[in-house]
Amino acid sequence: MAVATRPAPAAAVLEEKEMLISGSEAVAEALTLADIDVVTAYPIRPYDTVMQAIAKKIANGKLVAEYIVAEGEHSQFEIVKHASTVGARVFCGSSGVGWMYAMEAITVTPALRVPMIALVGNRALDDPGAFGVEHNDALSVRDLGWLLCWIDTSQEAFDTTLIAYRVAEDRRIFLPIAISADGAFLTHSQSLTRVPPKEWVDTFLPPYRRGDLLLHPDNPITVAPQVNEDWVIEIRRQNNAATERAYTVIEEAYADFRRIFGRGPENPWFEEYMTEDAEIILMGMGTLSLPVKVAIRKMREDGKKVGLIRLRWFRPFPHEQLTRALRRAKAIGVIDRDYSFGSPFGSGVVATEVRAALYNAEHRPPLIGFICGLGGREVTLEDVYKLTDICYAAAKAGRAERGTYWLGVRE
Amino acid sequence: MAEATIFANQTQTLEPFKGVKKVTIEEYFSSGHRTCQGCESALVMKLMVKAAGPRTIVLGSTGCMYVANTTYYSTPWVVPWMHTQLGSSGSAALGTAAGLKALMKKGKMKAEPINVIAFCGDGGGADMGLGAISATLTHKEYNSLILLYDNESYANTDIQLSGLTPYGAHTTFSPPGTVKRIIHTRWKKNVAGMLAAGHPECRYVATVCASYAVEMMNRVRKALTIPGPTFIHSLDPCPKGWDYDPMLSHELGELAIETGIFPLYEVEDGVVKYYGKTKAIVDGRKRKPVREYLLKQGRFAHFTEEDLAYFQAKVDEMWEKWEMPGVVAFRKQPGAVPSVN
Repeated sequence: MAVATRPAPAAAVLEEKEMLISGSEAVAEALTLADIDVVTAYPIRPYDTVMQAIAKKIANGKLVAEYIVAEGEHSQFEIVKHASTVGARVFCGSSGVGWMYAMEAITVTPALRVPMIALVGNRALDDPGAFGVEHNDALSVRDLGWLLCWIDTSQEAFDTTLIAYRVAEDRRIFLPIAISADGAFLTHSQSLTRVPPKEWVDTFLPPYRRGDLLLHPDNPITVAPQVNEDWVIEIRRQNNAATERAYTVIEEAYADFRRIFGRGPENPWFEEYMTEDAEIILMGMGTLSLPVKVAIRKMREDGKKVGLIRLRWFRPFPHEQLTRALRRAKAIGVIDRDYSFGSPFGSGVVATEVRAALYNAEHRPPLIGFICGLGGREVTLEDVYKLTDICYAAAKAGRAERGTYWLGVRE
Repeated sequence: MAEATIFANQTQTLEPFKGVKKVTIEEYFSSGHRTCQGCESALVMKLMVKAAGPRTIVLGSTGCMYVANTTYYSTPWVVPWMHTQLGSSGSAALGTAAGLKALMKKGKMKAEPINVIAFCGDGGGADMGLGAISATLTHKEYNSLILLYDNESYANTDIQLSGLTPYGAHTTFSPPGTVKRIIHTRWKKNVAGMLAAGHPECRYVATVCASYAVEMMNRVRKALTIPGPTFIHSLDPCPKGWDYDPMLSHELGELAIETGIFPLYEVEDGVVKYYGKTKAIVDGRKRKPVREYLLKQGRFAHFTEEDLAYFQAKVDEMWEKWEMPGVVAFRKQPGAVPSVN
């Protein structure tokens, strides 16, 4: 890629500024610097805070974009899908059942190779009505061709948004990316965020070029004709090949991000916290990391060697990197803020995926799934101590007594 | 960039064709489709895009004009064409127009008027996609045309009834039986009238029939010339779904107008104007009996005299009791002053 060979801009001339903003506001800052062209909104909590932030940007002239308030999530996603096919950089999003209402449009987006970015403000699925965080809404696109990642802080929200456009719009990929943010815990909570100057962002993120896939009178193509059994398996495999290429493209994007912005993680796939010597490794996604990290620090004082792996990317799933990172663990505890009714061992989605990832590994420690914090319920330090004890017992016995535990449930 | 901004809501200049000999010879919907013999919807596609010309993007929502037309390796579309979901003709038109507008406004793309046409069938337009079309007709800053081709059934899935299937018609979802002769007892929705009445800033709504080809194309050209979102409802006889000899397609289209079942009109900036044979009927010409139209079609073969009389009475009611025949379905107040039309 041409952009990778450009020199990094001189840091002395331009500097990042620090802002106290929420996760949603951080995404809006990134979208402004990415100069998006079309954005569609429809209200549902908690993701809607990002649209409120964008609307204000547009109203104040900070961002020039077509801002369309749609009449439902299905239209919201269809509108940006089509805007993207004529070459516009687009943004959309939703939460909970709103995300599910858009599901038909969400399904066809990767099949049409539309590199849109969407924010999922994770929210429990109705019924019964609940506003709190659960990951099942975003996980519903797990098998559809979307790339899927989870963020933990406002800074990560900002950075990941830029990285997502860079990855999605790479001609080797051309797939949509859903950025998942824990509802309220991240969408509404403020933290200090470094926002770089536009020049740096322009160096990192080249313009969106649709090339020979552009829908324009000068390029009279027919998009998505009926193929039936003659071609659909080949097309699905091409989609899969693009997802496979994402392993390389995501690593390149993070490396370039570090080069230009002078910060960002070495390992794009997951954050490791005190895992070097850990006997027990806990795993999870999103803002769960905060109580778990505090609990780990306390347990370390008691001599318990516990660490955390917080997954950033779920699709593509970093199975090889995880296998290496989990090599020394004596037991693994996966904390799912989701559920998969009737799945193997009644586990959550992440636990099932990690089990599958480890199947061919030489070292397969006992793995226990924990369903925790559903509907936005707090994951307490006591919960983390308790599940760590269960992991220790499994490590000692060399096997897990049960596949899954539900924690913090009123009996 | 300032120059580009001027283009944002500008449309192409498309003069009406003055007579059939003045119609351009170029085809933008050509060979390569596999519609049935006598398919009027395929004719509508052909005339629609011929009227629009080459600087056009067409978006087709799921329906028989997707399934029968656009088979991989044999597209008939000479202009860019893209599939959209069954209920998304409105969203597709809006999204495409918004994308073009944003890019032209920001100088990221050469500024020029490009026609955006999204079509939908009666199922996609009157049932599932009605909400999205309604929303799009309120976005006056985006130029697009939504064309509803109405063959009165879900015609690519074995002929099932839609919200626009006429009363009593035999479809695979409403077969006449020994106990129930009429399964489908609902009256056809008044889509064009509803959309014209409910969207005060949509500047153009029309009904057309391809049996009157030049008039139909000129309505498409007018719709594309008027800024903002516009809507056209086309009635398309369907040999397979209506069960008649394909040679009768053209004649059935004419009969639908002459019996008064499907009035031809346009609503431009809020002013209703009837045209063609419909105008003659409004001006006092006698309507043909609906039985002439119904009994030519196998889908009404189970109709008794009683059913024909009911159908005729409903059409008569539209012409005699509606505020505006075919358009405004409110009943006139008995003894009130004449309405303003």
